Amino acid sequence: MLNNSVESEQKMSEFEKTLDENGPIIQAKGVEVYYGEKQALFGIDIDFQKHQVTSLIGPSGCGKSTFLRCINRMNDLVDIARVEGQVIIENQDIYSKDVDVVALRAHVGMVFQKPNPFPKSIYDNVAYGPRIHKTVTSKDEMDYVVEHSLKRAGLWDEVKDRLQEQGTGLSGGQQQRLCIARAIAIEPKVILMDEPCSALDPIATAVVEELIDELRERFTIIIVTHSMQQAARVSQKTAFFHLGNLVEHGDTDQIFTNPQDDRTENYITGRIG
Amino acid sequence: MSDISSKFAVGVNPFAKKRSGIADKLIMVVLISCASVAILATIGIVMSLIFETIRFFEQVPITDFLFGTHWSPQTAITAEVVGSSGAFGAVPLITGTLLISFIAMLIATPLGLASAVYLAEFASSRTRSIAKPLLEMLAGIPSVVYGFFAALTIAPFIRNTGATAGFEISSESALAAGIAMGIMVVPLVSSLSDDVINSVPQSLRDASLGMGATHAETVRKVVLPAAVPGIAGSLLLATSSAIGETMIVVMAAGLAANLTLNPFEAVTTVTVQIVTLLTGDQEFDSAKTLSAFALGLFLFVITLILNVIALKIVNHFREQYD
Ligand SMILES: Nc1ncnc2c1ncn2[C@@H]1O[C@H](COP(=O)(O)OP(=O)(O)OP(=O)(O)O)[C@@H](O)[C@H]1O
Ligand SMILES: [Mg+2]
Repeated sequence: MLNNSVESEQKMSEFEKTLDENGPIIQAKGVEVYYGEKQALFGIDIDFQKHQVTSLIGPSGCGKSTFLRCINRMNDLVDIARVEGQVIIENQDIYSKDVDVVALRAHVGMVFQKPNPFPKSIYDNVAYGPRIHKTVTSKDEMDYVVEHSLKRAGLWDEVKDRLQEQGTGLSGGQQQRLCIARAIAIEPKVILMDEPCSALDPIATAVVEELIDELRERFTIIIVTHSMQQAARVSQKTAFFHLGNLVEHGDTDQIFTNPQDDRTENYITGRIG
Repeated sequence: MSDISSKFAVGVNPFAKKRSGIADKLIMVVLISCASVAILATIGIVMSLIFETIRFFEQVPITDFLFGTHWSPQTAITAEVVGSSGAFGAVPLITGTLLISFIAMLIATPLGLASAVYLAEFASSRTRSIAKPLLEMLAGIPSVVYGFFAALTIAPFIRNTGATAGFEISSESALAAGIAMGIMVVPLVSSLSDDVINSVPQSLRDASLGMGATHAETVRKVVLPAAVPGIAGSLLLATSSAIGETMIVVMAAGLAANLTLNPFEAVTTVTVQIVTLLTGDQEFDSAKTLSAFALGLFLFVITLILNVIALKIVNHFREQYD
């Protein structure tokens, strides 16, 4: 029994190594963001590996959301925001001129802090992405995609009998899982999550956290969180931001047990925040 | 004795009343009486409408009024025409009102909605800051101005166009009045719809854009469907203001109580007839004069119902996103 688990652990780490060897899927190089005159991010350099969950932690206002929104260019929607530096996803700089943000966002999905299902049926919520991207043509295929996405989001059993009911009528935790199902229905490579559990109770949070761990198999996930416990539970890598700087990043274990920088240590021990 | 020491003086009740409260009460009385004036006035108007209408229906059966298709309220005025009792069938007036309001909404709905969608979603903040006040200025133009615009510009234009195409169109037509009225309610439709569209939460747009939908797709598939109830409400409000509109129809639609759905013919409306019935010297208890109250009550009930439904819809919509 003991042997077995050691063996499987070894297997796991081997597996992770091969993943690492696939190279980083996202590389940020010298990313700086300005809101008008005010600089919000200073020269961020960080790589994200495939099929890993990375937590972004740090005190409020340090630029976590800003950085997350650089990765699928949601900052384009903020008039006064200006992004400098490079974000390279699978060898393509997403800020170069020939990049279509619409296509980019189909590959880099996002789940928001507050559950925001459309005021449509549960079915139509999940089918929204496949419909606009026309990735699915037949009704049968759509049924399959909806069912499959809801299953992967761990929501299927709760809603399979009421797919035509409004998505806004679900509980907060269910709504958030619906939003996750909606995001994964178009098979993005990367999923960005900005405090996805902050509006949820502990039980719903546990369900979503478990889900994140399962989703890692197929997606690369970057999650902003204010909860150290959550970062420790769901992520393999952690990055600590402070006042617009990336102070430290590395394996989650190492960041939490043996931080290299005083600011990181102060933050995780609760002295700054 | 300073305030502090009085506060903490031993044996003094710290919660003793310090202000007499007379000023508060006075303000209260003033406010209540102002509010009462408005409420009493409304009640008074409605009551007088109801009582005079009852008196009217003592002289003319209610079924004649509601279902009669002939309107010519000329009762005996001089000795020679004694015996002609007048006909009080309101159906031509009601169809005239509906026809003109329908034409007006046919014009105001696309124009108002399109400008609201443009202003709320696509206009740069610069364009918006210029276009929105301009549009609201349109709402500030007195309706009599729209009236002569309808009578002097639109109606002749329609007549001439008809003439070149070989049709005989009277210079007063439902179409001319409807077009002018439509343009008049465009600002109402657009500013109400603009509010509704703006109150669709940003988080829904973010969700759609974040999945790789284009801005236009987001507007079409998320923002507008979410705004539909509110937009319906704003259209109802606009309709009720079109139904109550008087000046334009007086000037452009005519006085002839034709029972027709042809927009090129002259028609008349409930409001126009109330005006003609009550202008000039009238005996106060003739059926002719009293019929104006019946028409007024009818109009009041219709617009009240429309407004209540519209406000219900709009408020429900607001709550949904709070
Ligand atoms: N739209 C904006 N306009 C102007 N300044 C902004 C805007 N969004 C963020 N900022 C500023 O950028 C800085 C970083 O904000 P950001 O939202 O990224 O912080 P955060 O780390 O996500 O904080 P929180 O944990 O509270 O969500 C803050 O100082 C904030 O005031
Ligand atoms: Mg944030």
